[in-house]
Amino acid sequence: MKITREEVQHVADLARLKLSENEIERMTEQLDTILSYVEKLDKVDTEGVPVTTHTQQVVNAFREDVVKPSLDREAVLANAPEDNGESFTVPRIIS
Amino acid sequence: MEYYSLTLCEALRLLESGETTSVALTQSVLSRIESVESSVKAYLNIDKERAIQQAERADDLRSQGKGGPLCGIPLAVKDVLCTADFPTTCGSRILEHFTPPYNATVIEKLQKAGAIIIGKLSMDEFAMGSTNENCAFTVPENPWRQGYVAGGSSGGSAAAVAADECFAALGSDTGGSVRQPASLCGVVGMKPTYGRVSRYGLVAFASSLDQVGPLTKDVRDCALMMNVISGYDELDSTSINTSVPDYTLALEQGLQGMRIGVPKEYFGDGLDSEVEAVVRKGIAMLEEMGAEVKEVTLPHTEYCVAVYYLIAPAEASSNLARYDGVRYSYRDTDAESLLDVYKQSRSKGFGDEVKRRILIGTYALSAGYYDAYYKKASQVRTLIKQDFEKVFQECDLIVSPVNPGPAWPLGEKSDDPLAMYLSDILTLSANLAGIPGLSVPCGFTTSGLPVGMQMQAAHFNEEVLLKAAYNLEQLAGIVNQKPAIGENK
Repeated sequence: MKITREEVQHVADLARLKLSENEIERMTEQLDTILSYVEKLDKVDTEGVPVTTHTQQVVNAFREDVVKPSLDREAVLANAPEDNGESFTVPRIIS
Repeated sequence: MEYYSLTLCEALRLLESGETTSVALTQSVLSRIESVESSVKAYLNIDKERAIQQAERADDLRSQGKGGPLCGIPLAVKDVLCTADFPTTCGSRILEHFTPPYNATVIEKLQKAGAIIIGKLSMDEFAMGSTNENCAFTVPENPWRQGYVAGGSSGGSAAAVAADECFAALGSDTGGSVRQPASLCGVVGMKPTYGRVSRYGLVAFASSLDQVGPLTKDVRDCALMMNVISGYDELDSTSINTSVPDYTLALEQGLQGMRIGVPKEYFGDGLDSEVEAVVRKGIAMLEEMGAEVKEVTLPHTEYCVAVYYLIAPAEASSNLARYDGVRYSYRDTDAESLLDVYKQSRSKGFGDEVKRRILIGTYALSAGYYDAYYKKASQVRTLIKQDFEKVFQECDLIVSPVNPGPAWPLGEKSDDPLAMYLSDILTLSANLAGIPGLSVPCGFTTSGLPVGMQMQAAHFNEEVLLKAAYNLEQLAGIVNQKPAIGENK
């Protein structure tokens, strides 16, 4: 096995996902298949090969640091599941 | 001939000559949708009233001699692009009630050009899938055969264009999501060079791979759409500041002296024999037009799927962390603590494939595994990119099939994620290397399913793709060919 149930549970916690017993079972099986497949990369000699994170020759994209108008607060809060007219609200964190 | 069956450029010509109006074109498309949408199921959202109002405005503008290059043309866009006038669901429950407070840059560009956006098109949830079956809402069917997949993830875009439910559409392509459905539905689809088109307002899946591209009825329409959507955008720091040519000028140049490479790895095991025969016949046509054809090698092709299915989920797991049930997106009202808000909202809001990729990505990036998975994949990505650089020293164009087979029945591969991933093998590398790719209709299987040819070129050589594709569609005689659906029957 490339990945265990416990590891899937741990990764789900990191990713803020709550999985049912059934889902953990199925995901463990499927992730195991996928991780076994990607193991083929071990056959490639990558000694000294640089990583590619961006395919174009762009190093840094700088811009002037100037203040520009941002989105209207009302428009932004319009999509909030819960708000108090000024900010997003969430369940109390400090009791 | 009904207006809806025209190509975009043909419709424009009628507008320009005063033979028709935008209102008439729009009504024609809307009535086409009315008659075929129950079997195509391409749209997630349509606003007919708004479309007619905008068409009236476009007709006014045109009568005053004003209006942009797409003035009065009804189009539709994949539901991955932020639109202030429509909800933007990304095919996900988690964004079911989200209406963005701004437009994507490509939407602004279409509207500035005068296009009318009539609706939003179905897609796999967060663009993750190869059949559109991962959409939380409606799953489109292939207009060429009921009960068959339209492809994915831009399945709605390809199906809508193929069924004449809009004159052209926009999709997004992270690993083939424009080219593959275009091939399966018999339309033209382009993935531009990474950085050619702004990603601002394109809901992010894998940011180093995502690119917006057009799906159209023919190659000329594709060139025109590219003229409108291309260009640097200060809101997307990965867009590239180079000039945009008039892509339509490339079309009618001949193929004399064009050097075409046929990668032997793209014709290996698992390729459907009919698809191979159609594509080989297409290659022979390009040769007849004066192109020089030779076999080339892209030796790291066999690693593309493994590299892609580490890098794309890794980036996705990071990008999708923003759906937390706090600022926008679904919130589970049963959640009692903040942690439960995150966990329960995400678990109920995301579908299976999205969860699977978040888990793979989080695992590949987690402490102790980063070097073995993400770093290793990013190094092999360099080797894949170098394979292309070598071939482009001696070739202008690489041609191949787009998908190993034609469209297949809905449900056939949906229980086996790895089998589904493996079917992407021919399209993933263009995204990994950042190069442009296109699918152009090339022929049909004996049972009448469309087969596309994939064309790939070096960075910013979209003109080479358009020129070769235009020549092929003329020679193959497949320009704006129609499936037997609705009134076309």
